[in-house]
Amino acid sequence: MHELSITQNILNIVVEHAQRAEAQRVRAINLVVGDLTGFVDDSIQFYFDMLSPDTLAEGARLNIERVPAKVCCRSCGEQFSPQDYSWACPSCSAIGGDILSGREFRVESIEVE
Amino acid sequence: MKVSVVKDILSANDQLALQNKQLLDDAGVCVLNLMASPGSGKTSLILRTIDALRDRLRIGVIEGDIASTVDSDRVAAKSVPVVQINTGGQCHLDAPMVQRGLAQLPLTELDVLLIENVGNLVCPVDFRLGEDLNVVIASVPEGDDKPYKYPGIFVAVDAVVINKVDLMPYLRFDMTAFRELITGMNPDVTIFEVSCETGQGIDNWAEWVAKQRSAKLDK
Repeated sequence: MHELSITQNILNIVVEHAQRAEAQRVRAINLVVGDLTGFVDDSIQFYFDMLSPDTLAEGARLNIERVPAKVCCRSCGEQFSPQDYSWACPSCSAIGGDILSGREFRVESIEVE
Repeated sequence: MKVSVVKDILSANDQLALQNKQLLDDAGVCVLNLMASPGSGKTSLILRTIDALRDRLRIGVIEGDIASTVDSDRVAAKSVPVVQINTGGQCHLDAPMVQRGLAQLPLTELDVLLIENVGNLVCPVDFRLGEDLNVVIASVPEGDDKPYKYPGIFVAVDAVVINKVDLMPYLRFDMTAFRELITGMNPDVTIFEVSCETGQGIDNWAEWVAKQRSAKLDK
């Protein structure tokens, strides 16, 4: 449900930057979404198709780059991606680590003409 | 032509959250954003916290729910200022909603504001409200595997309150493994084991809340 207001935010950002670039239309939108955020690709696409008509971004392709969660082990410094049931370091078995990536949620760039 | 944007999608919300924070900082109110799944005991913890601290601190409450005033009615019975926000279907509170809620509270007469977010372990954590501290309440019947399923919230909070520990003898819940996992994901987190039913552990939790408020005033 929350993807509706989120997608409106995305559209606002995109249209603002497209206008600033004096674009006629937006061909593609590149998003970066971390796996530790609660945002679902299909849902963003669904609301985008609903909200974008009659804007500069109508018909734009939505490219969503997912960023896996990655942590750095505090015991041995190994960098790894936690898998479903294991936050244990594959190298030394310590649990968890400092989060390096996975919390991204941004509009990276747009392709306009 | 490619146009670089690099803009956080939640920046509009974040900015409004900063405004809320400024307002609350000026009034000297320490704000806790309480998140949890439905039925974990958010409202019960709020009621217990009010009882434990009411002689020392002036507490206000914002109740976020999709619908109804059931929770705010329970809080209002404690004679503390409370605002109910019905999100009308939205699964989390956001900064604009909290801003409207703050306008209805006597902020200069408060020391601590407890915000009960909508029951949900997924998206509330992504939306800043203007809080000082984020807290997730987990309860024993939910099982000890929740951090695996909802890592996003467990890595982002300042404290985890494990409620309903009085049910431990009846349920399979590995407290040691649970604590080890949370601490691994989030080494700075403070963990409390409480029962809002029996009152076990509430004093420790309430003491921590009071300490957070003092720490904020000292800053």
